[in-house]
Amino acid sequence: MTMTLLRHLAVAIVAGALVWAASVQLNAFRDYQIAEIAVYVVAIAGLSVLIGLSGQISLGNGAFMAIGAYATALLVIHLNWPVWAVFPASAAITAVAGGVVGIAAARLSGPYLAGATLLLAVALPSLALQWPGVFGGDQGLSIVVTAPARLGATFPLTRWQAWVCSLAALITLVLLANLVRSRVGRNWRAIRDDPVAAALTGLNVGRLRVLAFVVSATCAGLAGAMLTFTTTLVSPGSFTLSLSIALLTGAVLGGLGTLAGAIWGALVIVLVPTYVTDVATSHGLSSGVAANIPIAAYGVVLIVVMLLFPNGIQGGVRRLAGPLLPANLTRLASPDRQQPASEQAEGLASPDRRRPVSEHQEEGTK
Amino acid sequence: MNRSHRTRTLAVAAVVVGALVAAGCGSSSTGGSTSAASAPGITKSQILIGSHQPLTGPAAPGYSEIAPAANAYFQYVNAHGGVYGRKIKYTYLDDGYDPSKTASVVRQLVLQDNVYAIFNGLGTPTHLAVVKYLNSAKIPDVFVASGCDCWATGYPQTFGWQLDYIREGKILGAYVKQHFAGKKVGFFYQNDEFGLDGVKGLSYEIPSSQVVSKQSYVPTNVNIGPAVAALKASGAQVVVSYSIPAFTALLKLAALKLGWNPTFVVSSVGSDPITLAGLLEAFAKKGGATVQGNQLTQGIITNGYLPTLGDMSNSWIALFEKVHNTYDAKAPFDGNVLYGMAVGYTFVQAMVKAGKNPTRADLTKAISSGLPQGPAVAPYDYSATDHGGMMGAFIGVIKNGAIVQQGPVWTTDTTPTGAVTAFSGTQPPAPSSGMP
Repeated sequence: MTMTLLRHLAVAIVAGALVWAASVQLNAFRDYQIAEIAVYVVAIAGLSVLIGLSGQISLGNGAFMAIGAYATALLVIHLNWPVWAVFPASAAITAVAGGVVGIAAARLSGPYLAGATLLLAVALPSLALQWPGVFGGDQGLSIVVTAPARLGATFPLTRWQAWVCSLAALITLVLLANLVRSRVGRNWRAIRDDPVAAALTGLNVGRLRVLAFVVSATCAGLAGAMLTFTTTLVSPGSFTLSLSIALLTGAVLGGLGTLAGAIWGALVIVLVPTYVTDVATSHGLSSGVAANIPIAAYGVVLIVVMLLFPNGIQGGVRRLAGPLLPANLTRLASPDRQQPASEQAEGLASPDRRRPVSEHQEEGTK
Repeated sequence: MNRSHRTRTLAVAAVVVGALVAAGCGSSSTGGSTSAASAPGITKSQILIGSHQPLTGPAAPGYSEIAPAANAYFQYVNAHGGVYGRKIKYTYLDDGYDPSKTASVVRQLVLQDNVYAIFNGLGTPTHLAVVKYLNSAKIPDVFVASGCDCWATGYPQTFGWQLDYIREGKILGAYVKQHFAGKKVGFFYQNDEFGLDGVKGLSYEIPSSQVVSKQSYVPTNVNIGPAVAALKASGAQVVVSYSIPAFTALLKLAALKLGWNPTFVVSSVGSDPITLAGLLEAFAKKGGATVQGNQLTQGIITNGYLPTLGDMSNSWIALFEKVHNTYDAKAPFDGNVLYGMAVGYTFVQAMVKAGKNPTRADLTKAISSGLPQGPAVAPYDYSATDHGGMMGAFIGVIKNGAIVQQGPVWTTDTTPTGAVTAFSGTQPPAPSSGMP
């Protein structure tokens, strides 16, 4: 275990150094996009773990992001907490909310679970309109974010935001990477693949499902806190249903159940629309057309990825890189694992072998 | 340690590198331009301005016409010599009415595209997401497309433009007080800053003893039946509605269903007769009924801060229709297009006043020292201490699908006690060149 932790830490440090180098090289807007990407990495990773490992679906993670985002704004405005305290606190508050939802959600599966979490995504942000005194209503709450004075007066704020958000994202990824490799991660895979068999082996299926929800909500809450820190504003208009759908899309595009997939998904969600808009406007397309091209491009990317790489971009990367790394992907089970060899070989999940989530659950209830 | 772990961690590292490369590929050079420009975004031949607009998403229908209309007016100006020889380039990016996206696209415009100013950013919640940022970065933030009175004070770089909802509420309220003295009045309003500011203005004028019921709605819930029933039960004879067009139509239909026919007074936001008639017919059709839209809008009292569209004798309408037919002919010539052209004209007015080689501060200085009255029926209140915008509007009644002006233009301020007075001046005609 310690070796795993050390290795994950080492990779995170390398990745952190690369992000740092990039943030210094790139312009202030790209720094802002790095922060945005970090936000989506955390949110998508949390959702990807939930869906890919525990086999539950959530259309409500946008609402969990709203909880984390509002918690951050309220903590900063009323208690003036520093960012290093606000992020964990907001994540913890959202974890509690995730636990409450998870207790209800653990009893549901398939479309019913999707429906229940959908309700959350639709209903929760409008609470802000019900108590405008606390949540600022439609206008939301804004906070002031400044870079530390010791960085100098001319230090770009967006670079500071990129640093803080990237650090938070890397810490989250390290923790998640360890979690999914731990007994908890293996148990999640067990209840995903066959809840009845898992229960027969003594696993508490309900508790594991709730735990997965809590972890997922915690990530979403942290992502919400990071979003508030980046945009310096939280308002209900940012947490529409389409955000929850975008997270799900990002998770599927990147590769369900893989943390690297979360990074791919975040890159697609943040960079594709900006890039396509730049291209569309620079080619002098009419505004009515240009405005809709990013949405069309998004759809095209989605279709192409799903056709070429049914297991998401990360699945595609593995397939393409597979011949180059023969020893790894064909490796058989190691002695300390109870799972089937194919599961083991794929690392986190086994996309090739897996069937859709609903199928598993239907089987489980037969 | 086993090797599959290493594969995955390697993959993660590779992805991060890929991410950085991808992020780097899209970056464009942004550094300070080396030409002898007076400000970022201004070159020898061009003025680059940017905006955030809901080109897609729930707010897009109607509102997405505004920026192309403003751009059409800029093209007209560019074709006629530009502003001191410089052409205006207007980059408006889609934010889908999502404040997070607004924050992102405005930073793109400022940090990457290096715009001279942000112009006509649309929406209250969306623009609030960037107003502090723009002010701390000292970017001129002119003529926000929102009637919130939040832009009037507190933001040195920010200027409102259209009549704010408080002033509008006062002007409608004064009309109700005068023409419906002693009658029972009910309020129907959207439960956000738009509706609440409107009700604030109304309450400054209409005696509270006359107000028998206040009912609100949220735009996400179309079931307004109970609210309308409560208004009817209160015995209201006049209903003042601060609603967007869809909810004005729902209100009218719900009242019709109850066989209740009070006088409707509707904010200019929700009273465009063309939009309303279309919505009324569409909603009624959904409910299995057939109605004549223009019959149902007949007699609705409203207000307007730009000349009425049907008034072809007005030189501004004639000018903008001409520009529309040349540069924006695909869009219908409706209230949104008129709005876009009028606000575009105001921007050119401000740029001309800012001088031949304006810095960013020159633009804000030019506006806060006052702009002459232009396409709006009332003058602007711009001063060093007030960045609000238009001061007044006329009262109109919808007749046969068009707004007909009733009486003079009224002006007022946003204070509870400031009087609503008839505007004694007349609107100057549009310059024959079509340019300020």
